[in-house]
Amino acid sequence: MAEHDTALGTAQELGAFLERRREQIAQRWADAALFRTVFTVSRDEAVEACKAVVDALAEVARTGRLEDVTAPGFGAVRDQLGRMSASRSRAGQNPSQIADEIAGLREPVGALLRADFDEDAVERTHACLVALTVLMGTLRLVVLQTTVHAGEELIARQREQLLEVATPVIRLWEGIVAVPLIGTLDSARSQVVMENLLEAIVGQRARYAILDITGVPTVDSLVAQHLMKTVAAARLMGAECIVSGIRPAIAQTIVHLGIDLGSITTRASLADALAHALTRQGIVVSPRPAAGASAP
Amino acid sequence: MHAPSASASAATTRLHIGSDADLAWVRHEVRQAAAGLGFSLVQQTKLVTAASELARNTLVHGGGGHVEMTHLEDGAGRGLRLAFTDEGPGIPDPELAMTDGYTSGGGLGLGLSGAKRLVQEFTLDSRPGRGTTVTITDWTTVLPAARTGGS
Ligand SMILES: Nc1ncnc2c1ncn2[C@@H]1O[C@H](COP(=O)(O)OP(=O)(O)O)[C@@H](O)[C@H]1O
Ligand SMILES: [Mg+2]
Repeated sequence: MAEHDTALGTAQELGAFLERRREQIAQRWADAALFRTVFTVSRDEAVEACKAVVDALAEVARTGRLEDVTAPGFGAVRDQLGRMSASRSRAGQNPSQIADEIAGLREPVGALLRADFDEDAVERTHACLVALTVLMGTLRLVVLQTTVHAGEELIARQREQLLEVATPVIRLWEGIVAVPLIGTLDSARSQVVMENLLEAIVGQRARYAILDITGVPTVDSLVAQHLMKTVAAARLMGAECIVSGIRPAIAQTIVHLGIDLGSITTRASLADALAHALTRQGIVVSPRPAAGASAP
Repeated sequence: MHAPSASASAATTRLHIGSDADLAWVRHEVRQAAAGLGFSLVQQTKLVTAASELARNTLVHGGGGHVEMTHLEDGAGRGLRLAFTDEGPGIPDPELAMTDGYTSGGGLGLGLSGAKRLVQEFTLDSRPGRGTTVTITDWTTVLPAARTGGS
């Protein structure tokens, strides 16, 4: 109990110090790369940002939650810290380098703290320095969290964009659309493919839809199932699906797996699939007579 | 099963299976290894597809796990062994699970039985409540009769 009270007392003493020396700390921090490169408009702006961080630390210290990354005190600066670390990563710093930059903020504060405390109060000074180290460690974690979070958001966004760009539906001919599938056909991508294709079938009044799997490296039972579902859905929309680009090795593998694609129209290549669809529409594509040949 | 004379050379790689992205990685690594051993394109494709089925089972039915990839060597040729292991619910009725078309979920039920047809050696070891290990092996020279001990 007594120990706890001392710890809380020390934390509060640290909090009071941070509040007292807010201006000086902010002035020293404002020149650190972390703040300087983010708040480029004016130095005052950087100083203000520093003060916000000092205030957050003081608040957390006052409540004694030095090790708590979820302490409400951090809430006010989480956004700002996130923007700072994001801009540092854009500048080429990796998360651990950013964490080091945060760690570097401790030293100037420690120097102020030592100067601030009575020379006789060695133990209290020491206790406050330890508390400061713990608190700065927690700040580092908070920043690291925002960095990782920002990274995850970025990856999720890029993934979505990739889903979009990787599954274009191409109009080959009046009433004939095609999707050249490339890469891994996981469930998420299959879903996007199906939606895009069905939309295109409606939007373009397509009677034929070609799914070209030349660029799909592996056709396992899940991929096959997705293909069959897409074909069935297209059929319900009144379009005939043709699966093209089944390479010989994949054809053999599909057969050994035991998958029955018998109900699906397949063609070796996209060109063959297109020729099939054209013929079915009654369109005859014939080679142009050779140059010089006399017209009948 | 393979003759015990087969020695597992030092190269054993363990890959974690915990997400869709891991499945893509497993396929990639298996393809690399099979190509490196000189497997034909058809054999590579079959092995990678079997690996894809089993890795997905590890993920979906076993709740995640890992695959151990071992390069093998014996007098007759070189091989690749893949052991997919999870500590999931296990398979209560292996015979049923190996039946074409049987699925406890919404799959095609062709993963286990299909994988068995795609490779040269296949063993399923599962203890209900403890987990499942499926091991498949393919060799560069196809002499299954000599390997099984019969002649
Ligand atoms: N690693 C595993 N752990 C538990 N159950 C499994 C595992 N692998 C396969 N099973 C069971 O065997 C069934 C058949 O598997 P599979 O042939 O791959 O078909 P599918 O995955 O399409 O259901 C599964 O539905 C599941 O009940
Ligand atoms: Mg399966």
